[in-house]
Amino acid sequence: MFDIIIDAFQKALELIFSGDSELFATASRSVYAAGMGTLLACLWSIPIAVLLGLYSFRGKWLIKSLFNAMLGVPTVALGLILVMLLSKSGPAGFLHLLYTINGIVVGQAILVTPIIVSYTSSALSATDVQLRDLAKTLGASHLQTNVAILREAMWATVLSLISAFNRGFGELGIALMVGGNIAYVTRVLTTSISLEAAKGDYAFAVALAIILISMVIGITVIVNLVERLRE
Amino acid sequence: MTPILELDKIGKNYRALRALDSMSLKATGGRIIVLIGVNGAGKTTLMRIIAGLEEPTAGDISFNGQNTIAKELRKITTMVFQRTIMFNRSVYDNVAFGLRVRGVKDEEIAEKVPQALRLVGLTNFEKRNAKKTSGGEQQRIALARAFVLFPQILLLDEPTANLDPNNATIIERAITSRRKDDEIIIMATHNLAQARRLADEIVHIYNGRIVERSNPDEFFNDPKSDITKKFINGELEY
Repeated sequence: MFDIIIDAFQKALELIFSGDSELFATASRSVYAAGMGTLLACLWSIPIAVLLGLYSFRGKWLIKSLFNAMLGVPTVALGLILVMLLSKSGPAGFLHLLYTINGIVVGQAILVTPIIVSYTSSALSATDVQLRDLAKTLGASHLQTNVAILREAMWATVLSLISAFNRGFGELGIALMVGGNIAYVTRVLTTSISLEAAKGDYAFAVALAIILISMVIGITVIVNLVERLRE
Repeated sequence: MTPILELDKIGKNYRALRALDSMSLKATGGRIIVLIGVNGAGKTTLMRIIAGLEEPTAGDISFNGQNTIAKELRKITTMVFQRTIMFNRSVYDNVAFGLRVRGVKDEEIAEKVPQALRLVGLTNFEKRNAKKTSGGEQQRIALARAFVLFPQILLLDEPTANLDPNNATIIERAITSRRKDDEIIIMATHNLAQARRLADEIVHIYNGRIVERSNPDEFFNDPKSDITKKFINGELEY
């Protein structure tokens, strides 16, 4: 068994250092899907987080609880719902997103929304409540006040975005069901690992897994380093 | 034009609690008004209403004869809080904050910020992280952050509370240097000696009402209210 693993690692490193085009195209697709998914989710997640983190209103706890509960949503279940919505006969079929990379982007944006909302809103509510008064008394508008507070919670927000990216980058269910694992079109690292492992090509699967894990760890380490340097 | 602030029968309730009760006050530029009173008397609530951070539940506020709402008050006032709060940025960025949100040009900001810091004795502090300075320095940064805006009404909520005598003296000196005709200064304090040193007029607040209002000489030597007499003599029970 050990021989198989060592052999797989050797072949994997050869593939990585030989610059295998299929390997890197698949990795690039994963980065694109997770990156764009996270950015797209920011469009609605950050305003929702500001609303939940800085304002008081009736039913706020219920909304927060729902987002917290959705943190652990199974990607296969979300993928299944999205397939039904995006299929030709589904209500969002006209968007023609099923089995496209942008379909995966949309799915991942929905998947990571609770992560950005929950973590960012918690970080915002943890900021000093008097910061609002301070910004206001110095002449800031509502928007400027919110931006100032968001800036105070910037690192926590960045970490929530990194967590969101990593979640999207490493998920399989949505990529497989919404993307369909089509070679050169919607095949990403996770779907490719799953396929190669099923085929018995462990070397290629391990090479993909090394890239996947290295990138997840690498991005987090870089962000933490930047934070340390900044401090 | 010398600014005039008038409060007419201001009241503030927090549900069943009456924090301010029909409080009337007139303040003019060039004078330092010191609000004095025990904890929970209503000093901070009154200042927050003047700063436009809270709405009164009763009464009117007018500035230069015009009825003024909270949103407009925020444009002409700046408040320094008892507990200093710093943005997690450099001292320069903290002091520049109010100017930036007002759209002041960078060149002008670069001139004004060092001037304000000099006034509070913090020359060459620009690049330091404001959160990593001492408590006394933070209170002086907070003062510079307010001074740099040249507000028409400057509100200081116990600005020397918990500070050592040296920092308190620097702050008192900086406040006195701001006594100008175009600026109303309203300050809250517990410190009777400080009130005597700084005030042009002392307003004693007790249980949300003004019980005494006079110049320092009269306030300390011939107070009209029994509550004020007890307060000065340290005999007030609360």
